[in-house]
Amino acid sequence: MADYPILKLSVSRMRDIAQQLIETVACACQEGQPLSIHGSGSKSSLRLRDEGKPLSILQHNGIIAYEPTELVLTVRAGTPMSEAESVLRESGQMLAFEPPEFNGGTIGGAIASGLSGPRRPWVGAARDFVLGTHIINGKGEDLRFGGQVMKNVAGYDASRLMAGAYGVLGVILDVSIKVLPLPEMEVTKVFELSANEAIRRISKLSGIANPISAACWYQGRLMVRLSGTESGVKQASRTFGGELLRDADNFWLSIRNHSHTFFQKDSFWRLSIPQASPHILPDSSEQLIDWGGSQRWLKTEESARSVTQKAQSAGGYAEQWHTTNKTNLRHPLEKNIMQIHKKIKQAFDPERILNPGTFYDYL
Amino acid sequence: MDKMRGFGYSGDTMSYQHLESLLKRLSEHLDKSQLLTSEEALAPYECDGLSAYRQRPMLVALPDTIKQVQAMLRTCYEMGVPVVTRGAGTGLSGGALPHKDGVVLSLAKFNKILDIDTQNRTARVQPGTRNLAITEAAMPYGLYYAPDPSSQIACSIGGNVAENAGGIHCLKYGLTVHNLLNIKLLTIEGEMLSIGTQALDSPGFDLLALLTGSEGMLGVIIEITVKLLPKPETARVLMASFDSVQEAGDAVAAIIGSGIIPGGLEMMDNPAIRAVEDFIHAGYPIDASAILLCELDGTESEVAGQTEAVKRILNESGALEVRIARDEQERIAFWAGRKSAFPAVGRLAPDYYCMDGTIPRKHLGRVLRRIGELSEEYELPIANVFHAGDGNLHPLILYDANQEGQLHLVEELGAKILQLSVAVGGTITGEHGVGIEKIDQMCMQFQAAELVQFHAIKDAFDCKRLLNPGKAVPELHRCAELGAMHVHHGRLPHPEIERF
Repeated sequence: MADYPILKLSVSRMRDIAQQLIETVACACQEGQPLSIHGSGSKSSLRLRDEGKPLSILQHNGIIAYEPTELVLTVRAGTPMSEAESVLRESGQMLAFEPPEFNGGTIGGAIASGLSGPRRPWVGAARDFVLGTHIINGKGEDLRFGGQVMKNVAGYDASRLMAGAYGVLGVILDVSIKVLPLPEMEVTKVFELSANEAIRRISKLSGIANPISAACWYQGRLMVRLSGTESGVKQASRTFGGELLRDADNFWLSIRNHSHTFFQKDSFWRLSIPQASPHILPDSSEQLIDWGGSQRWLKTEESARSVTQKAQSAGGYAEQWHTTNKTNLRHPLEKNIMQIHKKIKQAFDPERILNPGTFYDYL
Repeated sequence: MDKMRGFGYSGDTMSYQHLESLLKRLSEHLDKSQLLTSEEALAPYECDGLSAYRQRPMLVALPDTIKQVQAMLRTCYEMGVPVVTRGAGTGLSGGALPHKDGVVLSLAKFNKILDIDTQNRTARVQPGTRNLAITEAAMPYGLYYAPDPSSQIACSIGGNVAENAGGIHCLKYGLTVHNLLNIKLLTIEGEMLSIGTQALDSPGFDLLALLTGSEGMLGVIIEITVKLLPKPETARVLMASFDSVQEAGDAVAAIIGSGIIPGGLEMMDNPAIRAVEDFIHAGYPIDASAILLCELDGTESEVAGQTEAVKRILNESGALEVRIARDEQERIAFWAGRKSAFPAVGRLAPDYYCMDGTIPRKHLGRVLRRIGELSEEYELPIANVFHAGDGNLHPLILYDANQEGQLHLVEELGAKILQLSVAVGGTITGEHGVGIEKIDQMCMQFQAAELVQFHAIKDAFDCKRLLNPGKAVPELHRCAELGAMHVHHGRLPHPEIERF
């Protein structure tokens, strides 16, 4: 067997408190004590409720295994995203779904919230990169699903189910993530277009082989990022035309982390709708279009009911985010889907002690 | 074959009256011609692509409307009759093996492409649609459906979703789970759930991920919306031959380590190369210990640069020879060899048994060496075909089912190979599914609490456990009876015992 000298271990503040967390959850289950799972708290405003005894996973951190040639990173949930990313960067790799870090976010929070950044439509979301998870269910049992390999169809895919479940099905202890190489080159081109023109342009460009890795529209400007080999990006850049965006990395980071001007509001809507859907709200609404049209951030005076209905009629859904308090609105689930959610919650957390009410009232 | 005990193989025979009353109720919703009960009509349904396991069902239903499927499921639910859903029947793990006292629900008649949305690049299709038919329908728009299992000419998209099918391009383009937007699912009670949206994600839990690869255990998929991708502008294939499997494996690591994600990256060992060359004369070097096929796709300028880079890496990794397909015809010839590997190997013996473990690639040399030893020990030849990019290994064990006791030996050998996959940190199945075939090996890969969690998920969807009973997740008592050991975190119990 060849010697692969590539296993890198993070030595800074590495700590494994899995056993302690398992005992705490088992004990809480017996006592029927609700727990509020926390990482850095960077996404706490996304919770509907935050009740229960705090259970911090911050001390459970460090990279367990990282092998660049296997494209797999296994990391404890409390590890800061920035730490994981800097280790990846040293080997020319990245978390391709560009999870928003907000302010000091952890890997556990990235997976539990399931959020993905500008690259999402072209490479996949958080859930697409989850290969395996090690969790504690609501009975205090530590369970491993998936694994550290690209393809694994043994058992139900409970590991991807953890992505975006807001911790209501299990405390994520560690996760194996598929990683990808950093592109050799990236440039961003700018086009002056109306929202609807921009949506049509991106839909058309996405229908032919192009190295697009992000497309965002705001206030009459469409920004398109090209990523890949130097020759491929240069060629596409020539074909696309448009102006070159200066300081592009910071622009995309501001979209990824919601530090862009648009997000400096108390509340806004997130619409997830089919990419090519025309603008569905009155022009008076302020909007930032990301994911090439598939994710639209809106500030509007329209009623919640109307926004939700319009998003649903377009084939997607809507949710309202509040940045300061926890009065977020989730998209209501169909009755039969809600029933399945309750049963799945029951299957993982029969005493309903894990983040109760954080995701939906009834979970 | 004792895997078949416990799901109807040796149980009580369902009474004739019971069949009669089921037929009577089903015929309120389905035509007589849609309900097969005669011995000769049932025969084609007695197995799927894993022909070593056979079982005649009580009846086969061939509904052609969703209403009929719903009525059929409701009836079976009320009467407590097991339901095994079947697509094209090409599965390799016995997932569609019938239940003796149950109904086979064939979705063959649901084979229409309902809509192609070129603006959003999606296709809405019925579950019986063939995988390749989706790409064929999308081609005029310059689009295609990426997952391409080797059976794509015949296999149905419903089966692909149920098994989370892969293919030779999944390192770059993902598995079935990465290429879905929405499924319409019928529960065992006949209720329809819409899972996912027409957008990139959906509110609530990621049920789409949970349902993909659930092997017909949680519901019946009746409609699917898949993503379509733009056809790459160009694709080039390099073929490199090596003196050793290890060197070929190192070359794969070097390519990926250099930051290139090839569209396809496949490896074959010498027995597989010889079988293929004999069969279709793809131009493979028959003396090589291993060959690698590396496909690069994208725009012309991307592919040109990457082809040069990969060629250099292959040479530096000790390739005996590197050939770049000169034209589209040669590219197709290179792939034709790989794609015909199974039938080519099939010519070498009356039967072959295809394994499907996935391993971390770095253990390839060690695993193949051990497979070679096992092959000698059992006196059964093995050819290896490997999705090298993603670590999915398909050892093909050659045998003769007509020789008394050989199947038993093959199963024992296969189980050891899967045990080996788990021990090096991999899995018993990368893309073929557990079905009935690997039900016992699930006891090695998972602990009791994990299996209990799987059963709890099953109960959330199917509380009477009528959908595909006996498959995918073993009952705990079964694992206990087997005395199967769980390899926890790659740590074997009694590490002092030599196992490699």
